[in-house]
Amino acid sequence: MSFLTHSRLHVSGAWLIWGTYIAVLIVAPWVFHSNLALTVLSQIGAFAIATLSYNMLLGQSGMLSFGHAVYIGLGGFIAIHTMNLVVAGKFWIPTSLIPLVGGLGGAFFGVVFGYVTTKRSGTTFAMITLGIGELVASSALTFPGFFGGEAGITTDRTLGVKIPGITYGPQIQVYYLIAFWLLICTAGMYAFTRTPLGRIANAVRDNPERAQFIGYNTQIVRFLVVIIAGFFAGISGGLSAINFEIVSSENVGAAVSGLVLLFTFLGGAGTFVGPIIGAVVYALSYVLLSNITNAWLLYLGLIFLIMVMYAPGGISSLLQMNLRVVRFGQWHRLRLAYLVLFTAALPLFFGVTTLIEMIYALQLDVGNGTVTHVYGIELDVAHAVPWMSAAGVAILGAFTAFQGARYFKVRWDSVQRDIALSMAKAAA
Amino acid sequence: MEFFLISLLNGLSYGLLLFMLSSGLTLIFSMMGVLNFAHASFYMLGAYFAYEVSGKLGFWPALFIAPCLVGLAGALFEAQVLRRVHRFGHVPELLVTFGLAFVLLEAVQLVWGRSAVDYRIPRELAGSLFTLYTTTFPTYRGFMMLVAVLMLIGIYLALTRTRIGLVIQAALTHPDMVEALGHNVPRVFMLVFGGGAALAGLAGVIGGNEFVTRPAMADAVGNIIFVVVVVGGMGSLGGAFIASILIGLIQTFAVSLDWSFAGTLASLGIAVTPATFGYPVLKLTLSQIAPMLPYLLLVLILIFRPKGLMGTRED
Amino acid sequence: MNALDVQNAVELRAVRKNFGKTEIIRCADLVVPKGQRFAIIGPNGAGKSTLFNLISGRFEPTSGDILLNGRSLIGLKPYQINRLGLARSFQITNIFARLSVFENIRCAVLWSLGYKYAFWRSLDRLKDARLRAEEVVEQIGLKRRRDSPAGLLTYAEQRALEIGITVAGGAEVILLDEPTAGMSRSESEQAVELIRTVTHGKTLLMVEHDMSVVFGLADQISVVVYGEVIATDSPAGIRANLRVQEAYLGTAQELQR
Repeated sequence: MSFLTHSRLHVSGAWLIWGTYIAVLIVAPWVFHSNLALTVLSQIGAFAIATLSYNMLLGQSGMLSFGHAVYIGLGGFIAIHTMNLVVAGKFWIPTSLIPLVGGLGGAFFGVVFGYVTTKRSGTTFAMITLGIGELVASSALTFPGFFGGEAGITTDRTLGVKIPGITYGPQIQVYYLIAFWLLICTAGMYAFTRTPLGRIANAVRDNPERAQFIGYNTQIVRFLVVIIAGFFAGISGGLSAINFEIVSSENVGAAVSGLVLLFTFLGGAGTFVGPIIGAVVYALSYVLLSNITNAWLLYLGLIFLIMVMYAPGGISSLLQMNLRVVRFGQWHRLRLAYLVLFTAALPLFFGVTTLIEMIYALQLDVGNGTVTHVYGIELDVAHAVPWMSAAGVAILGAFTAFQGARYFKVRWDSVQRDIALSMAKAAA
Repeated sequence: MEFFLISLLNGLSYGLLLFMLSSGLTLIFSMMGVLNFAHASFYMLGAYFAYEVSGKLGFWPALFIAPCLVGLAGALFEAQVLRRVHRFGHVPELLVTFGLAFVLLEAVQLVWGRSAVDYRIPRELAGSLFTLYTTTFPTYRGFMMLVAVLMLIGIYLALTRTRIGLVIQAALTHPDMVEALGHNVPRVFMLVFGGGAALAGLAGVIGGNEFVTRPAMADAVGNIIFVVVVVGGMGSLGGAFIASILIGLIQTFAVSLDWSFAGTLASLGIAVTPATFGYPVLKLTLSQIAPMLPYLLLVLILIFRPKGLMGTRED
Repeated sequence: MNALDVQNAVELRAVRKNFGKTEIIRCADLVVPKGQRFAIIGPNGAGKSTLFNLISGRFEPTSGDILLNGRSLIGLKPYQINRLGLARSFQITNIFARLSVFENIRCAVLWSLGYKYAFWRSLDRLKDARLRAEEVVEQIGLKRRRDSPAGLLTYAEQRALEIGITVAGGAEVILLDEPTAGMSRSESEQAVELIRTVTHGKTLLMVEHDMSVVFGLADQISVVVYGEVIATDSPAGIRANLRVQEAYLGTAQELQR
């Protein structure tokens, strides 16, 4: 089976990918047309711009930030204040361009805070971003005029300057606005990766010292990237302001920063599309997972830990690696191994999740009695038997999962070796 | 005068607590190059474990058992998780400790709920140590300061006088050489990380009942100790000490002071009205901006002295 | 600054460097004339790499002056020194591991071509950058590995890339820090040919341990021992210099034993 070289895929593939992307954005609400689905799609769209902008820092420039919500949220505040100014007749700008105002707000704060944060790099930079994030979040109550105090600032998205026929009342209109900006931002951020500054940012990521010795002031490079990332983050915040019609101090807080980081990483910081995948996972977790279990954040955290340890390139890197296996015609060797791995991991999965659900029932539902349902099985958490059985399944599961992982790893490594050999032969 | 003295003592005790935490963080960072994002989570764990143990066995056993449990958790994490990620670089290390902090927060909420738990100061230590004019200084604060000072003396002696301490100091700068000399460096790292976690846990045991024990406590103090470490200078224990005391004092004093620019200007004879330019900022009182002060200090230090007060490492 | 100074590409005047209380460089004086190929040799730990780090701006000298084309480099950051026309390679391979070979070289040409921090231009449309990068990639013999991630190259290929990144920007003064370190005989010979080609017409300052490389390439050699320059002469002169022999091999009496 032949394989597609990178360059052959390149040109015609690019049109195909962008075309599909645009088509998906347009068609999605026809397929998922319930109100809930539209809300989810809107959230994915806005959050994807946020994660993509975050990845300009993390994946592209090697800057780990714990305070990205500052730019998203402050952009949102600028946007929502502008919307209210328009409604009050003191300013004129069509509602469709409000996200741009948010973007400019984000860029402005990128200049202000970026100057301070980029004075250091690496781990110190990460901590400084945490401090700046806290500074902004803790100042929220101090400046109620801007932050709206505990309640935040609200607006009405239907009251602004509109294009005739579009009121932004129905969710579907908001979705298409978000989709439009998502397309523009994706194109913009992708184009950035292919500019001199974008490439030098990669160089600074890979080897900041060497970048200095080819003539670049790495601090300025990082500063500029923060500003540009802040611009796109602000657009995301502006879209959220329109979508939810409220921005509060939570939008600049550590929780949002943490989620952006988590899902960008989960999706894959090493590729351009990883953050988009992360945004999809985010919305699905929030909407679907949170309804299945109360401990969903805990599960997310555990998945995150496992990813950092075993798949630091995220979901997109896992997809890439497996697609490569398919391209080299080796998939049939892994089919069985995956099945084995999956089956071996099931007991551990069931055991641990059952235990977690039972703990949760114990702690929370004390008033509701001690019986809970897990996987359709009725369990009385006051008795020892369910605990022992779940623990037993978990322990057994740990053992089988370990064996299954070993089995899989042997086959995976062997396949990778053969692929490396084919590549070496082709290059020779 | 009495306000000044009492605030001074309170600020010192809070600052010492901050130093208990930031010293562990600095040690782990210096030894292993890892910035332990979950350090404040170990603090939280210590408080919660102490709550459980003191509920069953009393406060004094908890004082010893809880830190050990936390230390064990830390050592386990280092051996099973952190070590695996070490070869990927510093960013994944930081991410994995961030993940741990996230998971610990959720786990604590899972087991103990989201609201505060009733972890109390033991009866023997309640009450006041002495009275200054009309204000009393609580015995428990004095106890906190005592434990903090003892702990620090203990660390200093352990590092400089014991064999394992010397090995740790050597592994700090030359881990490969130390390993070549036959020492089990991975085991040393596990010890250091577990030890740092235990110290944070101890801080949680004595701090958790004075300040409220609830899931948000990790965040509250976690951000501040990062500020302490950056302001003091990464990798400098002396800097961390100065920064901790400084921030402890700043926060304690600021919370009770109602000074504002507007007030100061008024006392100088300059009238400040709502129409004055910048009035929203001018009328802010110190107590209102108290939560922001450590971070403002961070910004100032970064602008004027990026290396920190006593920074040794430039990264 | 008189007319004589501008003849010299690099000049060190009474340079001292202490790390804490340890004196690594103790009064080093060096003059590298323009267009020459200059080698610095000396026993291990003599401070050769430290000298390089001082010249390229990685460290600040404790005292003394370092001049590039007559202009003092004291207080300048590495990127500023690079922009003045000095480029260096590293002893430990220092490349951009996740970028391809071609991208590595292209990054190295961007500043010198004036593109600076541009984020409004498409990289692929910059013809001069592309052509120059292709030229250097061909020169260093990595054309077939053009699209490979730099981190996946063999050691010798990475050393070649290292040299390529150093010269791509068109700097007039090139510092090479042990360019043939860890190479086999044939690899070293290839490297020497490459160095000869890419530094044609430029000033080359090189730290080396491999004597055949040194004597094959250098116009002048300086010997550094314990942080001091003990001799500067043509290769033949250095070979005959007694102090140099002593430094490398011990005293004459020891030799006769």
